[in-house]
Amino acid sequence: MRERSLWTLSIASTGVIVVLLGVHMTLMHLMGGEPLEWGSVVQRMRSVLFATTYVLLLGAALYHGLYGFRNILLELNPGATLRRATNAVLLAGGLGLFVFGTWAAVASLGTGATFGG
Amino acid sequence: MTASTRREVILRVRRFDPELDAEPHWEDHPVQAAPGMTVLDALWQVKERAPTLAWRSSCRMGICGSCGMLIDGRPRLACNTQLSELGTGLVTVAPLPNFDTIKDLVPDLGPMFATHREMRPYLIREDSGEQENPTREYRQTPQELERYLQFSYCIKCGCCIAACPTVATDGVYAGPMPLAQAHRYDNDSRDDGFASRRDTLSSECGPWRCHFAGECSQVCPKGVDPAKAIQLMKRDLVLDLLRLRRHHDPAPVAAAPHAKRRPEIPEAPPRTAG
Amino acid sequence: MTARTHPNRLGLRGWIGGRNAGFERWLYLLHRISGLGLLAYFVMHIFVTSARALGPESWVQAMAAVSGPVFEIGEYLVFAAFAFHAVNGIRLHFVELGFLIGRPIEPIYPYATSVGRQRWLSMTVLAVAFVIVVFGGYSFFIAG
Repeated sequence: MRERSLWTLSIASTGVIVVLLGVHMTLMHLMGGEPLEWGSVVQRMRSVLFATTYVLLLGAALYHGLYGFRNILLELNPGATLRRATNAVLLAGGLGLFVFGTWAAVASLGTGATFGG
Repeated sequence: MTASTRREVILRVRRFDPELDAEPHWEDHPVQAAPGMTVLDALWQVKERAPTLAWRSSCRMGICGSCGMLIDGRPRLACNTQLSELGTGLVTVAPLPNFDTIKDLVPDLGPMFATHREMRPYLIREDSGEQENPTREYRQTPQELERYLQFSYCIKCGCCIAACPTVATDGVYAGPMPLAQAHRYDNDSRDDGFASRRDTLSSECGPWRCHFAGECSQVCPKGVDPAKAIQLMKRDLVLDLLRLRRHHDPAPVAAAPHAKRRPEIPEAPPRTAG
Repeated sequence: MTARTHPNRLGLRGWIGGRNAGFERWLYLLHRISGLGLLAYFVMHIFVTSARALGPESWVQAMAAVSGPVFEIGEYLVFAAFAFHAVNGIRLHFVELGFLIGRPIEPIYPYATSVGRQRWLSMTVLAVAFVIVVFGGYSFFIAG
């Protein structure tokens, strides 16, 4: 029963990724300027809007990527223990990375947080 | 057929005798290939010199599904494959991959049939009385028939499973044929068994490990297009998860005819069965 | 007496396909490889960009750590992988939900398969990805 839900969630996450990653790519590569200069970075990291979209993109992309990786590993036909271990490790790793990335986004907001873009 | 119309073709056959060999090995056999000869005809010629060569075949016309083999690296029916379409002077014939080999070119199709049975490939309805002792036919429009007819042409030859990249490594994935047959019944308007197949199909053996490489549909000798069935099945199951799948009542039993019998037409003889 | 059988699973060779591997089989393989590459990059990206939370010096240090010709070429490869994976992914979004592959039909030889019906989409995917990769390459290495 789970497999159907996991797959549907993966398809849903691609929708989120197409939109948010598209925006991210446009900002980084198509808008000109120096997006990696500290000033530019500060402007984005203090914005609540940016932080929210980063966290959403982080979650969707982590889920999508790790679900795909988990599928590749499970299609190699591991035994029952290795199967459970793979699921557990990837879930833990994914949650860990999500928590870490969310901390980075929230910590970056700092005291001078803005709500715009 | 004169001698000049025959050309020599080498049939490189994979041999494996479980009582003698530890590993399979290749054997070359020359064959005099006449126009119109199939790989199956060539195998019968080889059999005259190598009587222990084992394979399955029956109808020799592409309908029984027995002679699925790996011919020149592609799963095909031996009776359906002309030597002339293969072109070269060397033809390799091996047993279907992704099945254990029992002997020579004979694959062990047992697991495939077992998985097929798990899909409940039969009409499931509440009116079991009618199914056991049918009184009339079920009503089905040509449009309803078209929704599953293509998938009912499956001859269970196993070529699709041999071609599938997921089945190559994964022991849990059901494979194209069982899934296409499950969809054949889910899409049959006479069937009401979607709920009973749903749990199996939502699990690891379901269509989720299909990534649409499409090899199954490309090798299917009957044009069943299992890849299409599997993608349509995914849509059905996702809609069902989101509670958006429309439920249709199964096809009703046809009403008894109410025309009056003309007096000169006799009654039907009594039933001899059931 | 049941004689022993010989295992005959293709294994990983089956992912790559034999001599007659179809077009979509290669797309599937490329999609997996690009996905793995993107995942590896993404994990690294989370760590590198998190340096911004620790101040400007930390940021500059992180940027310096991922500069240099190896990283430039690596970044371009990631970009190429992203271009293909995204465009092919959009195609899979449609076809794996049963769209654009045709309805069930009466199979009449030569068979029009679902893969065949969406072949135009596969070709479009490859063309679009190629254009993006080429333009991106120009932008990365030749222009500013």
